Amino acid sequence: METAQKIGVPLAAMVVFLLLWELLVWANGWPNYVMASPSDLPAAYARFWNLFLVMGWQTLWRTVAGLALAVLVGMILGMIMGFSRIAREALYPLLVGFNAVPKATLVPVLSLIFIGQHNFNTVMMAFLISFFPIAVSVGIGLSTLEPEYRDILRSLGASRLTIFRKIALPKTLPEFFGALKVAVTLAFIGTNLVEIVAPHGRGLGALFSSGVTNGDYPLMFAVLIALALLGIVLYYAVVALERIFAGWAEREPH
Amino acid sequence: MTNLIDIKGVTHAYRTKAGPLPVLDNLNIAVPEGEFCAVVGPSGCGKSTLTRLVAGLMKPDRGEVWLHGELVKSPRKTVGMAFQNPVMLEWRTILDNVILPLEIVAPAMPRAQKEARARELLAMVGLAGFEAKRPSELSGGMRQRASLCRAIVHRPDVLIMDEPFGALDNFTREDLWQTMRDLRAKEPFTCVLITHDLRESVFLGDQVIVLSGRPATTQYVMDVTLPADRTLDILYTPQVADMLHILRDQIRIAQGRDGGVH
Repeated sequence: METAQKIGVPLAAMVVFLLLWELLVWANGWPNYVMASPSDLPAAYARFWNLFLVMGWQTLWRTVAGLALAVLVGMILGMIMGFSRIAREALYPLLVGFNAVPKATLVPVLSLIFIGQHNFNTVMMAFLISFFPIAVSVGIGLSTLEPEYRDILRSLGASRLTIFRKIALPKTLPEFFGALKVAVTLAFIGTNLVEIVAPHGRGLGALFSSGVTNGDYPLMFAVLIALALLGIVLYYAVVALERIFAGWAEREPH
Repeated sequence: MTNLIDIKGVTHAYRTKAGPLPVLDNLNIAVPEGEFCAVVGPSGCGKSTLTRLVAGLMKPDRGEVWLHGELVKSPRKTVGMAFQNPVMLEWRTILDNVILPLEIVAPAMPRAQKEARARELLAMVGLAGFEAKRPSELSGGMRQRASLCRAIVHRPDVLIMDEPFGALDNFTREDLWQTMRDLRAKEPFTCVLITHDLRESVFLGDQVIVLSGRPATTQYVMDVTLPADRTLDILYTPQVADMLHILRDQIRIAQGRDGGVH
């Protein structure tokens, strides 16, 4: 019953959303070169199904690779900032400044530095746009560890590494996963930014661009829906990982 | 008789922006093996610094801390600590929380043996059946009981407690005093208890030490000549009332107030 509700309610919401969309297009009498309606989509998917599979995969793996890099670098930066106050004071303004730079401006920069390295460029952008929340949350998680937590192990002569492994790391996991949920969406935006702004003919972003070029509204909207679905899949993959590794932080509803 | 804990002439100051802040001044405390030493004093007089010194987490500017005839220079595995905050690791079950010190102190001990030891202690404090629960599922008093188990699971020779019952309501606190008394009967250890509660100091202590206001020095030492198996009723006897009265006067002196006006 509960699982049925957990799956049924969001599905029903999606159906309602599609119906309202269809109704909006129908009520305004928009032709499909102004605005596509959900009923146009199956035809678009059927026509370009192979492209959707190939390019969807390209978008997916490059996003995941960028995200993995962001997790690695974000964790390392977070640890440095969490353990050293000097490093925190030095890095914080730099990171905030870097995060404030609109990432679209970096697309030509990356493309010029790494000419022709399309996959590398895209992965880099997914990474650059998504490591910030991870670094900040890990840094804050570690630097706000209550001294008593450290003392119960330090008083037994435990090494710094042991304290990190047994206490600091697990205690920071809920913050880390919170940031990862933000980062996964950001990484996705980063991948598509490169695919759309600097089209290499790869990824769903490129498919979107070709839809724009041809004025193919059903294709464009089919890509958007496919992107949304991929985003949902990645997000819930993170939620599943969170359940496994930081499920303890979730309280039973009373 | 040798003392298990010997604090000799300890003087310490924290370095702050406004200059050195002296917290301890020529502090002397001696606790014989197996004794329970309750330390009371005004707020902010350096009592917590005292716990960190005994635990070897910091070194005093001057003076010496001796444990078991050895000069304390760094943390030792034979110390157990409990704080006002039960410091439960939320991602571990109660059982695994209690086992934690054994993982550090006795990594080679078989898991079954660690578990058996933890279960034995949890049963002693009335937490049998809660081993698999998460700390968030327990009340504050129960978490503090688990915290006590963790502090003594590795059979430390010194238990250092920094206001462990401070955040609990009065009835829970009295329950825990009795738990503490029963634990001592079964698990011998030497104990330093930092507290603000004079009744607690008399109920649990073999000696009560009153520290002066900051910088703290040993102002008054009271030997508590009550039987080991005291009950809460003893707190309402004239004998204990007199002791509490003396201690209250000493606190007043420590606070630097001579009259009875607050």
